Amino acid sequence: MKKSIADIMAIRQSMQSEIILRDNVDAEKEIHIIVGMGTCGIEAGAREVFNAMVDYVEEHDLKGIRVTRTGCMGDCADEPMIEVHVPGKEHEVYKKVTAKKAVEIIKKLAK
Amino acid sequence: MYRTHILVCGGTGCHSNNSGKIREAFEEQIKAKGLEKDVCVVGTGCFGLCAVGPIIIIYPEGAFYSCVKVEDVPEIIEEHIVKGRLVERLLYHEKALGNKAVHSLAETNFYKKQTRVALHNCGVINPEKIDEYIARDGYQAVIKCLTEYEPQQIIDIVSASGLRGRGGAGFPTGRKWQFAKNQVNDTKYVCCNADEGDPGAFMDRSVLEGDPHAVLEAMTIAGYAIGSHQGYIYVRAEYPIAVERLKIAIAQSREYGLLGDDILGTGFSFDIEIKLGSGAFVCGEETALMTSIEGHRGEPRPRPPFPAVKGLFGKPTILNNVETYANITQIILKGAEWFASMGTEKSKGTKIFALGGKITNTGLVEIPMGTTLREIIEDIGGGCPNGKKFKAAQTGGPSGGCIPAEHLDIPIDYDNLISIGSMMGSGGMIVMDEDNCMVDIAKFFLEFTVDESCGKCTPCRIGNRRLLEYLEKITTGKATMQDLDDMEQLCYYIKNNSLCGLGQTAPNPVLSTLRYFRDEYEAHIKERRCPAHVCKQLIQYKITDACKGCSACSRKCPVGAISGEIKKKFDIDQNKCIKCGQCIATCRFGAIIKE
Repeated sequence: MKKSIADIMAIRQSMQSEIILRDNVDAEKEIHIIVGMGTCGIEAGAREVFNAMVDYVEEHDLKGIRVTRTGCMGDCADEPMIEVHVPGKEHEVYKKVTAKKAVEIIKKLAK
Repeated sequence: MYRTHILVCGGTGCHSNNSGKIREAFEEQIKAKGLEKDVCVVGTGCFGLCAVGPIIIIYPEGAFYSCVKVEDVPEIIEEHIVKGRLVERLLYHEKALGNKAVHSLAETNFYKKQTRVALHNCGVINPEKIDEYIARDGYQAVIKCLTEYEPQQIIDIVSASGLRGRGGAGFPTGRKWQFAKNQVNDTKYVCCNADEGDPGAFMDRSVLEGDPHAVLEAMTIAGYAIGSHQGYIYVRAEYPIAVERLKIAIAQSREYGLLGDDILGTGFSFDIEIKLGSGAFVCGEETALMTSIEGHRGEPRPRPPFPAVKGLFGKPTILNNVETYANITQIILKGAEWFASMGTEKSKGTKIFALGGKITNTGLVEIPMGTTLREIIEDIGGGCPNGKKFKAAQTGGPSGGCIPAEHLDIPIDYDNLISIGSMMGSGGMIVMDEDNCMVDIAKFFLEFTVDESCGKCTPCRIGNRRLLEYLEKITTGKATMQDLDDMEQLCYYIKNNSLCGLGQTAPNPVLSTLRYFRDEYEAHIKERRCPAHVCKQLIQYKITDACKGCSACSRKCPVGAISGEIKKKFDIDQNKCIKCGQCIATCRFGAIIKE
């Protein structure tokens, strides 16, 4: 179907959030959140935490925040754990994170 | 919404290494695991580092896996996708960092020094999905041009950017468009040269394979600027993937009304047709290319009249190269000043080079003009493999020349390359090390041009053949110093008298090797010796005292030239030896040498 200029703009808007994941953000400037996803983490709900954070980043088009996964962080009793790296600051580790808490953490970081 | 994107390279290099099957395997196995709602598999264009293909990149981590095989797919899914652990053994290992695993593409030395303008979408989007192109600001430039700019303003922007033709000659693009615009005619044409005949160059193919819409969009802009309603893309049939993706892209653009009548309701109409070439080198020459589009045999014709005045079907025509077009949309969106801020005084922006030959990181690199050859070869390319010494780099393919080690620190731009006897050309860069004989290299390139000469004009048809005969005489040790002088004179004669660019540049490889490596020519003639041990007639294989008499070489020799007694030194019968080199490859003691 033929598109108008407004249609093209709408496609651009909606597609951008889909491919934002592929942006190579400068590693030295971005905020990096690492979710522990060993068996222990996944069992304790790390996947929900990870998914919630990735969705939030995409929905709000947050550039400069990258959410990635890693294996077991070692302190299995306190999983799900996440590690937050903000450039120029000491990194922080959060324990027993839930999807709700994770979104709160991202909201704070995005400010 | 997908939370993980698996990008699989679908450029020709990786494709011929089975990346298509890898993509299918990912799709099947992701589905079998019930992850298809979370994970999407994307086929992209070339990532550039073809040497370690097939390449796979997984986001959000940006993990960069190299040399992936179909058998590796289950492990990647199980470890990376399900458990979130990087598959260390498949990560790219940087030699310069002591073979350390590099986690993402952006961290590799190969990428750090690059600036990707023309290649900015290659390896990021799925070239078969117009929506992904639109998401990366695709078709914004054409909207801007059709709604905000007068045609003259567009030409002014292109002129101010300082963009010069990326096909080789480096003619200012804005000026070319201005000539065509100034012509008063109902019918004008916009052509795209995607013939890319230069052996060793493959940037145009990669742009067409990885970002075909960028070319379509830029051609539409060019059409609006000069007042044309029809475009032609002349692409060689030897690029099946590029042709396929172009066809898909054109169909999608027409469906969206981005090509055809009344584009986006602005009243401007423009359409594009693909013309397939059968891969003749001469058809990269502009007048020959247009003759070929018209349906005639691809032969050049004298200029003037220039194509901007009388081109395709006798109408005013502009012809630009794929890479040139790939820069246009970025110039419109980011402005002429942004583009002009990159590069040197007379050469602006970036240039893509195809690295090949004796270099570690074979592949495509895009660097700002003014980067030195040393940075490209040593930092980005990773230097010559196996610790060999760099000897020369050939730029500009068969029309270009060799740049020796003493000029490694020269900043690369159009004018500097010409001043040292080479040329930018389309950007092929073939690296040679100490094992390459420069006379042999010159002969190799000349063989190519002799084959590809269309035969229309005498200097090129006969002159180059004679030139090749001189080179054959030299490499077989039959030449005299008089021949060397005659040969040099013949080079200038061919250059000055040929009809088109093919003949005018054909002697360049000979002239530039003569300029920098005359000693090698003289060694061939005076001493009947090939310093690099390449020219078969001038070398002998010999067995040294390091021989343990194991007889491995004599069993391998295809002509039975090696004989001897076990545990004693073997001997090579020079009359029988065909100099195939099998014995050297077989010997475990390094006891066989070339002299």
